[in-house]
Amino acid sequence: MNKLTRIAAIGAATFALGAVAQAEVTVKVAYDADPVSLDPHEQLSGGTLQLSHMVFDPLVRWTQDLQFESRLAESWEQIDTLTTRFHLRDGVKFHSGNMLTSADVDWTFDRLKESPDFKGIFSLFTDVKVVDENTFDLIASEPYPLVLHTATYIFPMDSKFYSGMTSDGKDKAELVKHGDSFASRNVSGTGPYVVTEREQGVKVVFDRFDGYWDTASKGNVDKIILTPIKEDPTRVAALLSGDVDFIAPVPPTDLQRIAENEGTDLISQSGTRIITFQMNQNRVEALKDARVRLAIDYAVNNAGIVDRIMRGFATVGAQASPAGYLGHDPSLTPRFDVEKAKALMAEAGYADGFELTMMAPNNRYVNDDKIAQAVASMLSKINIKVDLQTMPKAQYWPKFDERAADLMMIGWHSDTEDSANFHQFLSACPDEATGNGQYNSGAYCNTEADALMNASNTETDAAKRAAMLQKLEGILYEEAAFIPLHWQNLAWGARKGVGAAGIVNAMNFPYFGDLVVDK
Amino acid sequence: MLAYLVKRVFQAIGVMLVISLIGFAIQDNLGDPLRELVGQSVTEEVREELRDQLGLNDSFVKQYSRFLGNALQGDLGTSYFFKEPALDVILKKLPATLELVFGATLIIVGLSVPLGVYTAIKPNTILSRIIMGVSIVGISIPVFLTAILMIYVFAVGYGWFPSFGRGDVVHVFGYWDTNFASVDGWMHIILPSLALASIMLPLFIRLIRAEMMEVLQSEYVKYAKAKGIHPSRIYFVHALKNTLLPVITVGGVQIGTMVAYTILTETVFQWPGMGFMFLEAVNRVDTPLIVAYLIVVGFIFVVTNTIVDLIYGLVNPTVNLARMGA
Repeated sequence: MNKLTRIAAIGAATFALGAVAQAEVTVKVAYDADPVSLDPHEQLSGGTLQLSHMVFDPLVRWTQDLQFESRLAESWEQIDTLTTRFHLRDGVKFHSGNMLTSADVDWTFDRLKESPDFKGIFSLFTDVKVVDENTFDLIASEPYPLVLHTATYIFPMDSKFYSGMTSDGKDKAELVKHGDSFASRNVSGTGPYVVTEREQGVKVVFDRFDGYWDTASKGNVDKIILTPIKEDPTRVAALLSGDVDFIAPVPPTDLQRIAENEGTDLISQSGTRIITFQMNQNRVEALKDARVRLAIDYAVNNAGIVDRIMRGFATVGAQASPAGYLGHDPSLTPRFDVEKAKALMAEAGYADGFELTMMAPNNRYVNDDKIAQAVASMLSKINIKVDLQTMPKAQYWPKFDERAADLMMIGWHSDTEDSANFHQFLSACPDEATGNGQYNSGAYCNTEADALMNASNTETDAAKRAAMLQKLEGILYEEAAFIPLHWQNLAWGARKGVGAAGIVNAMNFPYFGDLVVDK
Repeated sequence: MLAYLVKRVFQAIGVMLVISLIGFAIQDNLGDPLRELVGQSVTEEVREELRDQLGLNDSFVKQYSRFLGNALQGDLGTSYFFKEPALDVILKKLPATLELVFGATLIIVGLSVPLGVYTAIKPNTILSRIIMGVSIVGISIPVFLTAILMIYVFAVGYGWFPSFGRGDVVHVFGYWDTNFASVDGWMHIILPSLALASIMLPLFIRLIRAEMMEVLQSEYVKYAKAKGIHPSRIYFVHALKNTLLPVITVGGVQIGTMVAYTILTETVFQWPGMGFMFLEAVNRVDTPLIVAYLIVVGFIFVVTNTIVDLIYGLVNPTVNLARMGA
């Protein structure tokens, strides 16, 4: 009898253990890199934002069709032209157990204003005024149309947790770009996951936060193990062999393989990063002539590049703003006509062509060096001889800052998910005081275009603003301010049964809190 | 002996000084570390400010003398990415790399001796020809290709081995976690070790074969045969022992080289060792880490060479270390 009960007890225990193991849903994720720091304000990069959406929650966030969705801010209203009032959700808890209040938002805002990376986004905002526990006003210095766009960057931090001194006498709130800080190793947010283990460059382990406020979320993943796998073939192999459940990015060469493989799904979506070439007017007299720039645009076969080099894994572009952005003008279509290009060259007096230098990175964008080679050979058809140099991004960016070549490649994603940002950085008249045209290596300058951008920055009527931004894109198109190539598509690979399609978006920060895995 | 060691220590210091100087001299050509530290829309002004804080705007001489001053106190700088002292980062990654090298060495020693001896004794059999043929293929395929091939065949195809990483490691002490104490750990280290061994193995098979064939022609082997000594005793005791001298010399140098080859193997297998870390550091322009890595690897080279010389003295009594030290 005694023996029997013991066996029964062991049996029950095994069963219980089995049941626990069954209930626990673990998802192993492999990215090409892991977040540089646990501090959400240290670096403005995809990796940081991906982490922020797991460990923190923003006030509002983007949906898959680029609309705003309420998160920690339950509602908001415009009080006057400069002030937006936000109402925080009730009963939101941080991982430390502290409750979220307006004071945390105020504290976070002040810290954002200190961050070298983030302060640019918040430059037009002067203050957060606490009204009561759950209400605060976000105040701008001038009427600003992108209040909610900016609010997607406010991930309230646990101000009590980050206040005080560490045992070695450092301020816990300290924001350090290089070197050790409390916030880069410790974290307390309101997000769906708590960081339980982290070895930089090896893995990060996240456990579901049991006090998570969003009980309506269908997400059912208890544990996420994030491993960086740098090499493309290894990352793909890890998914195919079942060692991981979710990978990003998927290299263009393996798209088909993952889509056709029985146990895996490919999820892809057109992205928002535009790849362009800029033509330096300061270095080459001929490029001052809009006809020459147009000729170059006509000579470049964007559709061919997307088809052959990107294997269809990109969206052919004729402007900077992707579809879904206010400034996107669908009537602007890609130009490709070699005869027309030759005629334009002849008209401008360059029928015999000339020589240009070109530089491009070889490890920054998808197939960047191959694209540059293709463009160089396309330009030879209109007698422009291109001397191409490609190099790793670490060496490329200093060259880009020097404006070291006549044609330079640059890809851009708008941090604000707004059209004006493209023009501000890529094609506005370069101006050191305002920082406009910081990445305008072509030195293209059109005061009318700049005036439209400035006007759009204070226009809060969406329809009027769209008209301005589309007119702006039209000007850049007519004058061939730069050569737009394509928007890179995004791709994720997932094991079948992992509901990845429901959580990914064009910004490439999957909302893992809402991930549903079939049991 | 002591004089020899003292001389070696001075040599090592000299070597590391030269390496640090070279590391420092090339760092300006690696790119701008600030680009990796900040986001795309940060203004040049802010970047310049950060560059000042990091001391990157100081002259070469000033930066280098500051580095040497700190290095004398055991501080090789702080990694931009890991935000920890560069030496600590490397020491944490070192066990993973050394275990990988150890695993590959086991495979090389375990396979090259019997295969090398066999092909020397029976050079004309079909098996010998196959071994030699395969070893040619092995030596001519780049290691990253071998590695990717192995992953696709044994991890994706057959599913026998995991495709990446170290798996469940068991903590030993300090920074040392070992792969050799759990089944999962063994499964994880087999493919990377094989990939790493694939470059050196053919070399050693050929080396042992060539040396062995030469020894087998020597008078004393013929004499031993004539005396009627059992062939296995002739081959493995008399002949092999004399074959091993050059093998040890080459082997010692090659183990150092293998540490360098781990860069590719570790990258493909996402092995969290210092080779992979180094490649990442180059991509991120993490200059303090790059310089520290070069110094540590230089140190490993010097140490292995010294050990090889000492072993050489033990195996071959005619080598006089004291005279080498003078």
